[in-house]
Amino acid sequence: MTVANTVEGASVTARKTGFRHVVTSIRGDGWASAGIITIAVFILAAIFAPLLTAIPGQNPYTYHLGLLDDSGAPKGWGGGISATHWFGVEPLTGRDLFAIVVYGARTSLLVGVSATILSVLIGVLVGITTGFFGGWYDRVMSRVVDVMFGFPVLVFLIALTAIVPSSIPRPLFMIVVIGLFGWPAISRVVRGQVLSLRERNFVVASTAMGARPGHVLFTQVLPNVTATIIVYATIMVPSMIGFEAALSFLGVGVPPPTPSWGRTIGDAVGWVQTSPMYLVFPGLALLLITLAFNVFGDGLRDALDPKAVRR
Amino acid sequence: MSDEPAPTVLSVDEVSISFAGQGGPERPVVDRVSFDLHAGRVLALVGESGSGKSVTAMSVLGLLPGTATVSGSIRLDGGELIGADAARLRQVRGGQIGTIFQEPMNAFNPVYTIGWQIAEAIRSHDPRTARAEVEARVAELLSAAGIRDVARVRRAHPHELSGGQLQRAMIAMAICSNPVALIADEPTTALDVTVQAGILDLIRRLRDEHGTAVLLITHDMGVVADLADDVVVMRDGRVVERADAATLFARPQAAYTKALLAAVPTLDTLEAPAGRVAPRPAEDAEPAAEVRGACIVYGASGWGRRSLTAVEDVSFHIEAGCTLGLVGESGSGKSTVGRALAGLVPLRAGAVRIGGVDLTTVSARGLRAVRKRIGYVFQDPASSLNPRLTIGQAIAEPLRLHTDASAAGRRTRVDELLDAVRLDRDFAGRFQHELSGGQRQRVAIARAIALNPTLLIADEPTSALDVSVQASILELIRRLQDELGFACLFISHDLAVVQALVDDVVVMRRGRIVEAGPAEQVLTAPRQPYTQRLLAAAPVADPVQQRLRRDEWRALNTADDDVEIVT
Amino acid sequence: MRMLRFILFRLLGMVIVLLVVATVSYAIFYLLPTNPAQLSCGKPCTPENLQRAKEFMGTASPWWQQLWNFLTGIVAGRSFGSGDAAIVCSAPCFGYSFQQNASVTELILSRFPVTASIAGGAAVLWLITGVAGGVISALRRGSALDRGVMTVAIAGVSTPSYLVGLLAILLFGFTLQWLPTGGYVPLTEDPGQWFLHLILPWCTLAFISAAIYARLTRGQMIEVMGEDYIRTARAKGLREPRVVVTHGLRNALIPVVTIFGLDLGALLGGTVIAEKVFSMQGLGAMLIDAVHSLDLQLVVGFTLFAAFLIVFANFVVDLVYGFVDPRVKVGA
Repeated sequence: MTVANTVEGASVTARKTGFRHVVTSIRGDGWASAGIITIAVFILAAIFAPLLTAIPGQNPYTYHLGLLDDSGAPKGWGGGISATHWFGVEPLTGRDLFAIVVYGARTSLLVGVSATILSVLIGVLVGITTGFFGGWYDRVMSRVVDVMFGFPVLVFLIALTAIVPSSIPRPLFMIVVIGLFGWPAISRVVRGQVLSLRERNFVVASTAMGARPGHVLFTQVLPNVTATIIVYATIMVPSMIGFEAALSFLGVGVPPPTPSWGRTIGDAVGWVQTSPMYLVFPGLALLLITLAFNVFGDGLRDALDPKAVRR
Repeated sequence: MSDEPAPTVLSVDEVSISFAGQGGPERPVVDRVSFDLHAGRVLALVGESGSGKSVTAMSVLGLLPGTATVSGSIRLDGGELIGADAARLRQVRGGQIGTIFQEPMNAFNPVYTIGWQIAEAIRSHDPRTARAEVEARVAELLSAAGIRDVARVRRAHPHELSGGQLQRAMIAMAICSNPVALIADEPTTALDVTVQAGILDLIRRLRDEHGTAVLLITHDMGVVADLADDVVVMRDGRVVERADAATLFARPQAAYTKALLAAVPTLDTLEAPAGRVAPRPAEDAEPAAEVRGACIVYGASGWGRRSLTAVEDVSFHIEAGCTLGLVGESGSGKSTVGRALAGLVPLRAGAVRIGGVDLTTVSARGLRAVRKRIGYVFQDPASSLNPRLTIGQAIAEPLRLHTDASAAGRRTRVDELLDAVRLDRDFAGRFQHELSGGQRQRVAIARAIALNPTLLIADEPTSALDVSVQASILELIRRLQDELGFACLFISHDLAVVQALVDDVVVMRRGRIVEAGPAEQVLTAPRQPYTQRLLAAAPVADPVQQRLRRDEWRALNTADDDVEIVT
Repeated sequence: MRMLRFILFRLLGMVIVLLVVATVSYAIFYLLPTNPAQLSCGKPCTPENLQRAKEFMGTASPWWQQLWNFLTGIVAGRSFGSGDAAIVCSAPCFGYSFQQNASVTELILSRFPVTASIAGGAAVLWLITGVAGGVISALRRGSALDRGVMTVAIAGVSTPSYLVGLLAILLFGFTLQWLPTGGYVPLTEDPGQWFLHLILPWCTLAFISAAIYARLTRGQMIEVMGEDYIRTARAKGLREPRVVVTHGLRNALIPVVTIFGLDLGALLGGTVIAEKVFSMQGLGAMLIDAVHSLDLQLVVGFTLFAAFLIVFANFVVDLVYGFVDPRVKVGA
């Protein structure tokens, strides 16, 4: 009800929120474009990891003890950077750091994206049904969400790794558990949106016309929620990636020899002084992918939000 | 009245306002507007949405957003206000010019009590006042503003009070430092008609007893006729006409003013209304819609939550081809009844029959079949259309739900419907945000009649529209009814609008029917005191007539308008 | 009177939630694994430990009795074994570590000050800087300052805390040598050193969370400052600082309060990470060690304790929210 509202002219200019408009908006937003390009680079690097590492002829598993000095630190500048070892080598093992970083992208992206997909699927399902149908089902689920929200997730995850039998592959276990802790956040946001949409006249009109609840959900409610879901999913991926990295950092994540940025950073703690590049390369990779997703998610939200101030 | 002109309190001279990024100085929102405010006189700034009246008023106190550029001169007591420094503006705001706004519920801070907020206003202009003095002054102000239960109101938070009480509290806050002028920005638009009359009376007393100059911003010509001494008509940021109230209503000069006055639905109180001649069907025919002893209760679930009886023992029927006006103020339950007729709300007791089918006992499939015959038009056109669907898709939805028509068949029908509501056929590809309010409402009507319903339920279809657009929408509904012959339930709070359209009237208050009967009888010679008060309170766009009605209203007014919300 | 009902309701809710959490934890950690006694025993598993574990688990009794003993033990303490070798685990009994021969409660209490110092100081720091940053950004919206703060904020949100911590150690600890590189000094021993050792962990944890709160506060402030009652406050003639703080911030902070409550769980997680990065022997380090040595009692006991802490903290936040926002339906 601010004065600015009354200034609207009689002709309302069209504000497209279709796909084409989103693409134009993102392209116009410098940060967001950089974000999506970075994401694409990382995804390609992860998919084509074997090809990429074949260029210098390396892989993340082979030990190169000859490149280390007596204390285990890599010889040469920057942790052993050379034409064949683009990022240098790992202390104590001599494994190629470039290969570790590239293959580590696989772990991070696999766990991060899969966990997000799992969270989104469950969260959207719960959010839409509780928001739309309400009743005791909604009340019970809300309490469950409340509890899960406040739960010390990291602590619980660490504890769970103690009892999980080793027959279950660790990445799968991580995806399932991280995903299971992520859905409350999305469900709450979706539920809130559905609650407010439910009272909007066009939803009521649809019911008044004789549409079944399922039809109303799909045709009227869902299209108005998809924007939120997409934005939220995009912003959730970096959190999931971060979770996996944190667990690996603490030593309770993906077990060796599978490369993981988090575990490498964890190992780098003791080498910060002597071989700082051991920390910098995986750290930078993690920072870049997280930043890229966050920035892209922000740009996406601005593009899809009809109320956003156009720059 | 003395012949000497009252002293000028505020002088607005050639003021132009433009906003950066919205056309800039080439397209000013307000274009060289001038007027003078005199002590003891009410100046009404009238216009429809987009006329720039609110922006002009806000510029007086420097309350516009930072992107605004203001040129011209605004002088208060000789001192220039445009470009004045912050300290001077602060002194003027609340100290010399008080302000009241449109939505009293949003204008108060929700986390502080009313008493605290008024005390804050008092202290901001007189910081050294003792605590006891401030408390006494708060009580005095609230009482002077017509609040009965001062102790409760001052301790209450905004969400615990009604709109009328809040507006009175806001007036109390605005006059706390005895300002020379009061700016009232649409002060009664959000209020019920009976409450409105009380607020207007209060403002009138301020003018008469304290000599306060009042700048009244409104779009309601009835309010202007009731309160204003002078009128300035604005359109698209320019002054179109200025005159004293009597002259403006009796002899409007500008074409726009004439059109505006003509578009206002008038309440004919003296003669029988020139309404439609409704076709009265055979005596024993089944009514198109019937409500019998309906009782609707909200929030009756467990956990000790208190329930609210929205509708109690309501009965009426609508014959085919006729229109029933359901009239009431907020909280009367009229909208709830409308929803019950569409089967959207369950009944605690009673029955609702559409064309003989009882909605309370019918199966789910039966309900879907009945819904084919009902069309619903909502109050807010912006929210009744899905923002993600095109107009064509929205109109075609009932066709998709209930007919087997192919895509081509649907498109043909959509074109027919767009023609029927006088919209261009290429609107079918647009989205709702590209249309104006009136156009959206036409689309909503097109959707409602898509399946040739036997009953059209229109829930305040014109309340959110400008006056000039209202008339055309009402005319559209009337024409469609003549062509298609559906029965119509017309829900409204505006008696004048209702009178133009309906055959029978049902008046509701707090969930119960107060009076019912043919329109000519209920609207010209009501029997119940509440209906009489309702009629008397509705302002009419004619100052001479309005003065008579005001006396009538005062005579009738014994009830309190401090209606309390059930908490 | 309404406030009393409100408190009672919330208290009841809290107790129910705690009950559910305890039961679920018990089910996951004690009932699911095939040989809980073996797991509880720890590594290395001596025969005495195994025996004690079996007695503690009471694996001979049916599962509901085990559960009952477990739950009552939390409230009233329990003992197991017999005669001279009986071990008493006083209330509240979250479990007993056979490896370290001490009750979980004792072990937690011994390490609690470390974790509390890190968490408490970080929380205060991030609230203040986050809110201040958000408010400044909101008031100077669109300016270079706003964009600068938001850029730093988004970088903060994206960077894992341990990375920031390690880089900070590298810079401030090794290169500039301004601050110690790790370790904890108790407050009672040397307040000055206690403070110096905690600066880096505080800043590390606060950096990320402050970023989140800055973005949140900024969004809330922008929304609130566009509300009608802000315009009324200005029209009353109030000074701008008062309008911003007493009317604006007071409303903008309401959702921040609830989110802070939800973030307490994350705070605990962050502290665990900080302890590893800065080599502090707090509860987090204890947990990691327990996982590696498979001391299930300690692992489960600590998890339960953490969950209880969070639930209780959320209860307090709920109460505060009821005070802070009068629109909340008290008693609903």
